[in-house]
Amino acid sequence: MQNKEILLEVSHVNKEFPVKKQRLRAVSDVSFTLSRGELLGIVGESGCGKSTLAKMIVGSLPVSSGAMTLNGVDYTALKGKEKRLFRRNIQMVFQDPLSSFSPRMKIGTYLAEPRRNYDHIPKEQALDEAEELLEQVGLPRDFVMRYPHELSGGQLQRVAVARAIAIHPELLLCDEATGALDVSIQNQIAKLLVDLVEERNIGCIFIGHDLALVRSVSQRIAIMYMGKIVELVESEHLEAMCRHPYTIALIHSIFDVYCKQDEEVQLLQGEPPSPLKVQEGCPFAPRCGRCTQKCREAVPELRELEEGHLAACFHLE
Amino acid sequence: MSLLEIKNCTICYQNGRPAVSEVSLSVSEGEIVSIVGESGSGKTTLIRAVLGLLPPGGKITEGQILFNGKDLVKASEQEMQDIRGREIAMIFQDVGAALDPIQRISRQYGEAIAVHEKLPRQEYRKRAVSMLKRMHLTDTERVMDSYPFELSGGMKQRVGIAMGMNAQPKLLLADEPTSALDVTIQAQVVHEMKQLREKYGTTIILVTHNMGVASYLSDKIGVMCQSRMVEFGSRDEIIYHPKEPYTQKLLEAVPKLGGRRFAK
Repeated sequence: MQNKEILLEVSHVNKEFPVKKQRLRAVSDVSFTLSRGELLGIVGESGCGKSTLAKMIVGSLPVSSGAMTLNGVDYTALKGKEKRLFRRNIQMVFQDPLSSFSPRMKIGTYLAEPRRNYDHIPKEQALDEAEELLEQVGLPRDFVMRYPHELSGGQLQRVAVARAIAIHPELLLCDEATGALDVSIQNQIAKLLVDLVEERNIGCIFIGHDLALVRSVSQRIAIMYMGKIVELVESEHLEAMCRHPYTIALIHSIFDVYCKQDEEVQLLQGEPPSPLKVQEGCPFAPRCGRCTQKCREAVPELRELEEGHLAACFHLE
Repeated sequence: MSLLEIKNCTICYQNGRPAVSEVSLSVSEGEIVSIVGESGSGKTTLIRAVLGLLPPGGKITEGQILFNGKDLVKASEQEMQDIRGREIAMIFQDVGAALDPIQRISRQYGEAIAVHEKLPRQEYRKRAVSMLKRMHLTDTERVMDSYPFELSGGMKQRVGIAMGMNAQPKLLLADEPTSALDVTIQAQVVHEMKQLREKYGTTIILVTHNMGVASYLSDKIGVMCQSRMVEFGSRDEIIYHPKEPYTQKLLEAVPKLGGRRFAK
């Protein structure tokens, strides 16, 4: 990290959904900051609230409470035209490339659309820029004349990245952007994102469920469980430094290619509790080996253990 | 003697290009064999062919599939019906879609048992509960009275495995059984599959794109690429001494904890 200029600040964000007179807390009290030029990974299992968080950050879902600032501007309360104009600053890349494209639009039209929409530039100029964008993401220029079904999943995902950066956003959000791709293609997209973030000095949030992959692209990783960030740690030292029991359980659940076959699998007991059944205390307590009375009564705060390393657990000493 | 032997098998869909070409594979009793490869390499088509469950338009154009010496390619539908479930069972990636959404687990499970043997009514439930318990499902009575949507993905997958195992088949075909699951749940399912072999001596063919899972479970691994089996060998050979450049590339590409990072 060359500079520490803070780009995005998320503070105490909550999201609740009403479900049959009950309340589902999808995201509760999440806070973090993202610097310019930084790639932050968010990892968690299905239902932990990572996609809800992503939708709130891009502004397609309103927050229940809390604030989010980009370059110091709180954008949670923007409305109408202001909101529309602000949205160009944050762009998103989705999981399934094929379903996020209109099958009848040519790649060129697709890439020219954001620029024409926001900057009202003439069509010819936008198409020229589209060709340049294709080159930047490592695709041939003549792809502008192709239709989505003529491209492979990896190529389409590159086009999706190209479209996201077409209007020079400050922040790029990738929600499981490599989830549907094969491993070798995954790595290409990961590398492309890392290069783009460095070149353009933008911020990027990379959401995924594959801890090993997210670790390989990000500088810091936030691990989420039941709507909360339970640990925030530098990716490079993930295995050595992580302290939260859930993070440790996640790491133990991954089968390494060079594992020993006679080693027993270390199982995390039970299922994640239903987010509807709001319980007292730490959300991880029912599955945790270190759980004590205190864990069942009070919620541990995310606190700093050492510089750049935060965890939410009572038993880390 | 090998339990299942696939000899020079070629499978085509209607477009004429083979999805599987000239693949041979032999699986001995009690072995766990994994077939790995990227999407579209033909690995799912291959194991579906074993049970005669190819999608419409799919056809075995050449080769033999010998199960206990009997050629399954030439077997009649009636003969296949007797083999399915009793001798060879299959579990799928998306069990949620394999279960009937408007029937409780108890009813579907009972039906799965009744296909193979007629029992007094109360026996079905007892049999099912004991099998679910063996899959380490807690709260089996609740599971039996639930609809599929009331169960989590990991629970459904274990119900699927239990249903597949109730006739104690000799051979279990598993098509990406853990791909739709979270890592902690994946670990549970992998653990159950390992137990199946230890307790019942079940032979398992596992199709997966997860090299880590294949490496943990298998005795032998086959690598498929563009409809061909490019390399087949013991687990240690494939993982530690891969000969084919494609296998080397595939292993290299898998993200590993403590491995290479792109971020600066």
